[in-house]
Amino acid sequence: MSAIQIDKTIDARGMACPGPLMNLIGAIRQGQVGQVFEVLSSDEGSRTDIPAWVAKARHELVEVVQDANYAHFVVRKAR
Amino acid sequence: MEEQEKPLSLVLFSGTDDKLTAASVLAVGAAAMGRPVNIFLQYYALDAFRAGRVNDDHRLSPEATDAQAPVVRAHPGQHWSELLRQAKDVGEVDIQACALSMDMFHLRKADLDPIVDGIQGVAAFMASASDGQVVFI
Repeated sequence: MSAIQIDKTIDARGMACPGPLMNLIGAIRQGQVGQVFEVLSSDEGSRTDIPAWVAKARHELVEVVQDANYAHFVVRKAR
Repeated sequence: MEEQEKPLSLVLFSGTDDKLTAASVLAVGAAAMGRPVNIFLQYYALDAFRAGRVNDDHRLSPEATDAQAPVVRAHPGQHWSELLRQAKDVGEVDIQACALSMDMFHLRKADLDPIVDGIQGVAAFMASASDGQVVFI
């Protein structure tokens, strides 16, 4: 992982689709513009859903890092 | 998500937990992506939305084989009613009971779970569906 400052980590590993995305949406709605959220997800659907939602909702996908059994999605609340 | 998206309209006919879950996943996905969602409850699906019965075992569809049924039941995903609540929370989701089915089962609005927003005739549902897709489940 790079040296991005994470404001909140959402550990959604083990949750089924679309749970990790829904947790991210909930956290972003409660957060402040500029805050950075990290979602840990083992759900395959997150790999397509989180980037699609982030683009649609016009936030910023900072990075996606794939670990052995799960992925990290780092998202900045842009508005 | 200011731009107006075409609505997704789901007609729920089947009242089994697997189909209700599959439909609710579509609803929550569409709502998250900014599409208005209209849900029209008919026949056996309406019965599953009766007050106090949402969390009952509504069984699985006939498509589920003996080998698949335990796998489906054991899956730790969220209950369809919880998915629908999430859909309402993130987006614009309207759940209406079909007036004909209400009449068939002798139901009144008070007999339904509060997640159901109202009772609608088919023409009003089609008016809300507008030029978006209508999916029958």
